[in-house]
Amino acid sequence: MTSSKRLDGRGFEETREIEAKIGIVKRADGSAMFRMGKTVAYAAVYGPRDLYPKFLQNPEKGIMRCNYNMMPFSGQGERVRPGPSRRSREIGMVTEKALSSVVNLDEFKNAVVDVFIEFPQTDAGSRCTGICAAALALADAGITMKDLVAAVAVGKVGDRLAVDLSYEEEALKDPDTTDIPMAFVPSTGEIVLLQMDGIISKDELMEAIELGKNACKKLNEIQVAALKKKFEVDKNE
Amino acid sequence: MTETKVKENEIVVPGEEIVSGMGYLPAYGTYRDGEMIRANKLGIVHVDGRAIKLVPLSGNYLPKRGDVMIGKVIDVTYSGWIVDTNSAYRAMLGLKEATSDFIRKGADLTKYFNFGDYLVAKILNVTSQNLIDLTMDGPGLRKLDTGRIIRVNPNKVPRIIGKEGSMVSMIKAETNCRITVGQNGVIWVSGNPKEELIAVSMIRKIERESHISGLTERIKAEIENAKKGESQ
Repeated sequence: MTSSKRLDGRGFEETREIEAKIGIVKRADGSAMFRMGKTVAYAAVYGPRDLYPKFLQNPEKGIMRCNYNMMPFSGQGERVRPGPSRRSREIGMVTEKALSSVVNLDEFKNAVVDVFIEFPQTDAGSRCTGICAAALALADAGITMKDLVAAVAVGKVGDRLAVDLSYEEEALKDPDTTDIPMAFVPSTGEIVLLQMDGIISKDELMEAIELGKNACKKLNEIQVAALKKKFEVDKNE
Repeated sequence: MTETKVKENEIVVPGEEIVSGMGYLPAYGTYRDGEMIRANKLGIVHVDGRAIKLVPLSGNYLPKRGDVMIGKVIDVTYSGWIVDTNSAYRAMLGLKEATSDFIRKGADLTKYFNFGDYLVAKILNVTSQNLIDLTMDGPGLRKLDTGRIIRVNPNKVPRIIGKEGSMVSMIKAETNCRITVGQNGVIWVSGNPKEELIAVSMIRKIERESHISGLTERIKAEIENAKKGESQ
């Protein structure tokens, strides 16, 4: 596949259409919606709150639990089997690792912050969309965190690197698409998530990370604007 | 060279740069990152002398020494009571701090405070592990009987109380209700049922509109309206 444009007409360094909203779940302590193209993530944060059973409590630092869940009707037409799966456990775990590098867990020893990420609609890049949404929801919940987190998937489609893959691009065969989800702390450029599915050379990987970093800067701007908008709207009411 | 990137009273988000340079000190809600001061919470910037601090816009209650709060008795033990504080941590009210009565060994402590009772109590101490000690020894600290309990965003409590209690005393005077505002966002309102409702709706209004100027006048007008509507 050698062409100057991608399957959906985007440029190679262009993300899908992004939308972010804060405070959509009124009963939660903090919540956010983040949409990248057709992938929609809703995140709700509860806590810090009491943690039971008691043996899970950690007196040295607080605990954050992330729950990733795709809704049954969210996939590509096939019903997604509801309930926890090996895949959703893993993605919950990597999300938690990515976010715990910015959240100050020392502030709520023995307690827990619960992050629930739900997907009513998915089209590739769900873990990245989920991380973006969860970071916003944590900030909305007033949790102490040194920065937000932005995430994006960069991949090698055919023989070119492309930012923010869609499902069609990800599913391409011969050659198989290489998919690299990654997350960054925008202020420091620190990498907090890096996974890969496929084969890629070292040089291309370094280039992909650079592309991802630039895309995440733009995502971060959208996140910041969304957070400010919620409270500015309040101000003008 | 010190340069402030954000004006006073502006909203900042976690990670946002507030100041570059060493001219200011980071206080609550901010941290130093090399030459910069960044926010680590969602809040409004305040410059207090040389210190930069944030007034948070959201978040659960974090217990602080000296706060007067309203809690609910959730357990009775040998040596005192366990109290829910509307935060992630429960508090302990010891016998000695609860009453000056002589209590015989093995006496029934529920005679003093029973399950589900609401108390106005002061936080004596908070440890690094957030173990909380309460006391009932102080003016206005008591068990609450009749009335209603409402919960508000703890970050709005200073606005509900107002400058030197101006806001809450105005609501008290206008509605003839007795009101106690706990720092943990739990509020007790007691009075004539209809006036109680007015007071509660006013508190909700303050919670929603606390950042808009001229709040006191608007609340006053609103109470007049509500009272008129009722008498007709």
